[in-house]
Amino acid sequence: MIFFKEVILGFRYWVIASGWCFFRRNVNDRQDDIERAKTEGKELTKEEKQRLRKEKKQQKKNKEKKDEKASQGSEKEKKSGSLAAAAPQPPAKSTTVKTPSAVPAPAPVSVPSSLEAPAPVDKPSKTKAELKAERRARQEAERASKPGKKGEPGQQAASGKQKAPPSELQPVIKRLPEHIQVDNPDVLKKLAKKLERQQVMGLNPTKKIPLRLDYGYKVSLFSHLHQYSRKAPLTQQLSIPSTVIHPAVVRLGLQYSQGIVAGSNARSVALLHAFKQVIRDYITPPNEELSRDLVNKLKPYISFLNQCRPLSASMGNAIKYVKKEISNISSQCKEEEAKSKLLNCIEWYIKEKIILAAKAIAESSIEKINNEDVILVYGCSSLVNHILFEAFEKGRKFRVIVVDSRPRLEGREALRRLVQRGISCTYVLISAVSYILPEVSKVFLGAHALLANGYVMSRVGTSQIALVARAFNVPVLVCCETYKFCERVQTDSFVSNELDDPDDLMVTRNGKTQLESWQEVPSLGLLNLVYDVTPPDFVDLVITELGMIPCTSVPVVLRVKNVDQ
Amino acid sequence: MELQAVLMAAGGGSRMTDLTYNTPKPMLPVGNKPLMWYPLNLLERVGFEEVIVITTKEVQKMMSTDPKMKQEVKMKLDVVCIQEDGDMGTADALRYIQQKIKTDVLVVSCDLISDVALHEVVDLFRAHNATLAMLMSKAHEFTETVPGQKGKKKTAEQRDFVGVDQSGKRLLFMANEADLEDGLSVRKSILRKHPRMHIKTGLVDAHLYCLKKAVVDFLTENKSISSIRGELVPLLVRKQFSKTLSKQKMKDDSEDQTQKKNDELLISSRDESLLQLAQERSCWNDHHGDMSEAYHGGKLRCYVHIMDQGLCYRVNTLAAYIEANRLVSQLLSLRCSCMSLFFSFTINIAMNVQLKCLCSIQGSVICSNAVIGRGADLKYCLVGSGQRIEPEGEKRQNKQAEIKLGSEISVLNFFSIQ
Repeated sequence: MIFFKEVILGFRYWVIASGWCFFRRNVNDRQDDIERAKTEGKELTKEEKQRLRKEKKQQKKNKEKKDEKASQGSEKEKKSGSLAAAAPQPPAKSTTVKTPSAVPAPAPVSVPSSLEAPAPVDKPSKTKAELKAERRARQEAERASKPGKKGEPGQQAASGKQKAPPSELQPVIKRLPEHIQVDNPDVLKKLAKKLERQQVMGLNPTKKIPLRLDYGYKVSLFSHLHQYSRKAPLTQQLSIPSTVIHPAVVRLGLQYSQGIVAGSNARSVALLHAFKQVIRDYITPPNEELSRDLVNKLKPYISFLNQCRPLSASMGNAIKYVKKEISNISSQCKEEEAKSKLLNCIEWYIKEKIILAAKAIAESSIEKINNEDVILVYGCSSLVNHILFEAFEKGRKFRVIVVDSRPRLEGREALRRLVQRGISCTYVLISAVSYILPEVSKVFLGAHALLANGYVMSRVGTSQIALVARAFNVPVLVCCETYKFCERVQTDSFVSNELDDPDDLMVTRNGKTQLESWQEVPSLGLLNLVYDVTPPDFVDLVITELGMIPCTSVPVVLRVKNVDQ
Repeated sequence: MELQAVLMAAGGGSRMTDLTYNTPKPMLPVGNKPLMWYPLNLLERVGFEEVIVITTKEVQKMMSTDPKMKQEVKMKLDVVCIQEDGDMGTADALRYIQQKIKTDVLVVSCDLISDVALHEVVDLFRAHNATLAMLMSKAHEFTETVPGQKGKKKTAEQRDFVGVDQSGKRLLFMANEADLEDGLSVRKSILRKHPRMHIKTGLVDAHLYCLKKAVVDFLTENKSISSIRGELVPLLVRKQFSKTLSKQKMKDDSEDQTQKKNDELLISSRDESLLQLAQERSCWNDHHGDMSEAYHGGKLRCYVHIMDQGLCYRVNTLAAYIEANRLVSQLLSLRCSCMSLFFSFTINIAMNVQLKCLCSIQGSVICSNAVIGRGADLKYCLVGSGQRIEPEGEKRQNKQAEIKLGSEISVLNFFSIQ
């Protein structure tokens, strides 16, 4: 009797298994072909089976997530640790964008390793013999029906991805964030739709956040990024007493796009200030909860600010924090109480993460500044300036060399602030940095963000300075608060960057502007990059409020932060 | 709410009494629409939903009976009536409606016909947190002859001297020729902060001002100011560089009038410290070459947007009125349907115009429902609606540059715009 039951159970398993196989076969037909072709007649090794299972699961997930993809904000994608891999390219992109050939090569190699890294999922055990038999039968059938199908047993998944016809979806897709797919018209359409959907509920549905259009010819290497003109502000398309967007946020967006508020810290502080005003003016609509509704109210504002100027990593972290605090408000809380709690949280964040952090960093850096030091700084970093002021107050005797670069010429502002305090300074342009470096004893650099692989993202020109300093054996110290640490990973300055207004590169001397009609010259493109990444080999020390850490310890800090929260 | 719009429509039209003796200026027809329709249309296009209109009882009555105003103006008009005696200046009117004003105001004059991109003015106001932002335009010479005036008579122009800084946006100096008896004197403090100043005289003030709410409160305290353009704006421009303004701490027991005034004008928003922190950390400065921080530490800032292209007319003289009539078709792209008989260039003709044969019309504006009799020879005329130009027996010669307006303005017909 028992034997009979087992047979029945086994038979059921077999039926289910084969049915599942058939189902899977129909769904993943093309997918299986590659695998089938690779392993003609041979038994699938354990690794290959694992890989197969993982890929198929990923595919299912991707198909589900494709619908949700449009509704997810771009900032979420930015923050998620997505590999900036160029390998999984949608077909349109691969024909238009000529990404550097070096990028696809390392990316696919890293992708399969990341495939193996996550633990294999435990699937219900099907009898392997039945599976094998089924697959072999299918293989024979398909091989007979499809001639000319090439496949080698030893082909690796990586090269398979590279050589696979572009019309097929790659098995594991690391989603590219939307803000670096500007040259893909589908992504642009999605962005427009998203903005449409992000109207403020309850108001006239025709009022939506406008889409800012790109300006001018973009250099082909950077055609995947947005390039806006300062003369075409987003407010042109908004109504004047702005009702869709809170006036404080409109003002902030204007200040961002005109460069009045520039610099990572300043932008974050201004953003939190605007959020405070939004929260103060917020009234919970009936039948809504503050914790959910306020977050929805903030979404269109964030999209608006993102269009005025792409969000910085520090702003992204601040927004994450505010959203988390809002969603943590319990529903029992009365509105006034909730609002005051939120305002206090924002004030606490600024106080601790920006003001006190700067103080702590200044204290630790002062140990590194000795008398008779010659310190080189680049551009205008609020934190580095603060450190130098504090050191000067404490009585250290040093002199500063300010290195500046076009077109922003922020070094002039740094120079003014330092000289006003009484610090003796020298001013050079970046082209003279190798001339001046023999005099320098250390280099202090500020950072826009610190990436999870230890790279430092900062104003364009920073990596140049770090490189030359390394060549001269001058120590490079980067000062950065921990709230600027970002989970993104980037190894080059091309994939994710910001393009500023190309008209800034034009210079008028003696009434003549040589580049005035640059748009008419077909072979001329103006490129105004804002950021670049410095590899951790060039950075000797990162000074944060948690202490002085090497560049490679950034992921540790991030992990600790996540655990804390 | 960000901005409240206030339309000043109580003016008398003192410089065009020929036209305004029986029609109040705001209701004068310009190209088939009353004059005040144009600024209201500008505000509506930009997105305003409510406007406070300060006007007289007579105008209010005419507005309510005018079909155009009711149909075309979709905004909610909050009409405030004031006395007609003419003693009330624009600043007095603002003081009068002080209760209604809850946020920053955008003051527009009823005689402004313009296609300015309003966001340019308001962006200056927003981005720099300015106290005052105004609109000015390069003046156009009126080339056409003005009826009733023999030859080109240049009235004793009261020129305005406007000083702007290097970027052309910041307003440094504003004075009228009448106030400068001994000559133009510029304070050293201004020159120290802005060594390069451009002084322009050929600008037309559009009388469009963005004012902070604190200014309206300031007006209620200082009852001596009666005109925005004549007194308030020069005062604000001068106050930018007033010595006491740069000091943050005021002595509480100070009874000095000027200090009190400054006290009120200092716009202190909540979280001033945060704004200050953001400005400190930002690596931006509006000027280069000296040791001061952005805006030289000044809290009071006045900005001006100078239009060099586009329409901007203030219809307060006869010449301006005629010019506006001719150019209004550009603004509204009126559709003309008429039979052409001996037409020459630059004619604007409205609908339902009956033209009998042998007319010669040159450079005129003819409003709807006009009947031009046979043999009429019109040169540079403005024929109002519902008018008839009839031949009297023999040919009635050459109505040179005449303006005929109907007394029944309520019968103005209009057709679609834009």
